[in-house]
Amino acid sequence: MENTLYLITFILTMGLATLITRAAPFILFSKQGEHPLLVFLGRYLPPAIMLLLLIYCVKDVSWFVDKGGVNEIVALSVVVVAHLLFRNSLISILLGTGLYMALKQGAFSLF
Amino acid sequence: MTASTNTALKTTLPVLFGYIPMGMAFGLLLADQGYAWYWATVMGLFIFAGAAQFMAVGLLAAHAGMFEVAMTTLLLNSRHVFYGLSLIHNLKAKGWQRLYVIFGLTDETYSLLTAHHASRSEKDQTMDDEGRFQFIITALNHSYWVTGCTLGALLGSIITFDTTGLDFTLPALFMVLVIEQYKATRKLFPFAIALVCAVSTLILFDSSSMLLISITMTLALLLGTQQLQARGIIK
Repeated sequence: MENTLYLITFILTMGLATLITRAAPFILFSKQGEHPLLVFLGRYLPPAIMLLLLIYCVKDVSWFVDKGGVNEIVALSVVVVAHLLFRNSLISILLGTGLYMALKQGAFSLF
Repeated sequence: MTASTNTALKTTLPVLFGYIPMGMAFGLLLADQGYAWYWATVMGLFIFAGAAQFMAVGLLAAHAGMFEVAMTTLLLNSRHVFYGLSLIHNLKAKGWQRLYVIFGLTDETYSLLTAHHASRSEKDQTMDDEGRFQFIITALNHSYWVTGCTLGALLGSIITFDTTGLDFTLPALFMVLVIEQYKATRKLFPFAIALVCAVSTLILFDSSSMLLISITMTLALLLGTQQLQARGIIK
């Protein structure tokens, strides 16, 4: 039972630490919501973070080594083209992912 | 089913395809360490943080102390501080629903909330409606994550279908969100700053600490840009 107690404490600690990081700005800055600096960040931080997360997702690909990254570039290009054509997020993501899975699982021996 | 639930389902579908395989990978990993399947469910429910939960498997194996668990989690999730910072203005959910949305502010929830807010036209910005929508989005994402964690731990070795590449839904989602954010802001400088920060972080530091360092750099450069604009030095 000592193990169960440890697990419960562990989960509560990790959950609480996560909640603290997520709630901190709302507690610390809730009164300064109209500050021009926060308005600026609210507008321009999300686009920057989306690109950071995108890069984060593909950072472990061995780029430029033995055709590394070809699958990713092809599939991401399809996502961009599909999204510019149809502007339907789901279609863009499903087309890109479907193609990527086919490429990864060797449906096209070309790559 | 109400119209907003319907829209929320469609909006969160990419996250469903991302969270199920990711959650399953975590569930498999935890079950592999000899834990009963429901611990994966409990962790998905009460922690709801992908990177932290993967880290938890290692910390559990090492029988880490609570201080170490807390510090590791705080560092790993510190990027969420910046997420909240840019949402103070736009988080419309009220009361306990507001608390819940804050609890569930993962990378993906944050992305969907900001993208949804950016795409709303001025005329339908009724606060109540958007608050409820934000709550539903968070709850759906949470349920996908818990389902994934549970399935992974339960099914274990029974899984026979080849999911290789299914996790590409997440980069694909972020790619779409980059386009949407550009269409909403029509500005290139946030992307230029992010690109410079990401590439220099990857070159200079260990790639595992990329998110925190590059987000801090991006934040500093954006603050600098704002100051230069406020003083009329750049437009």
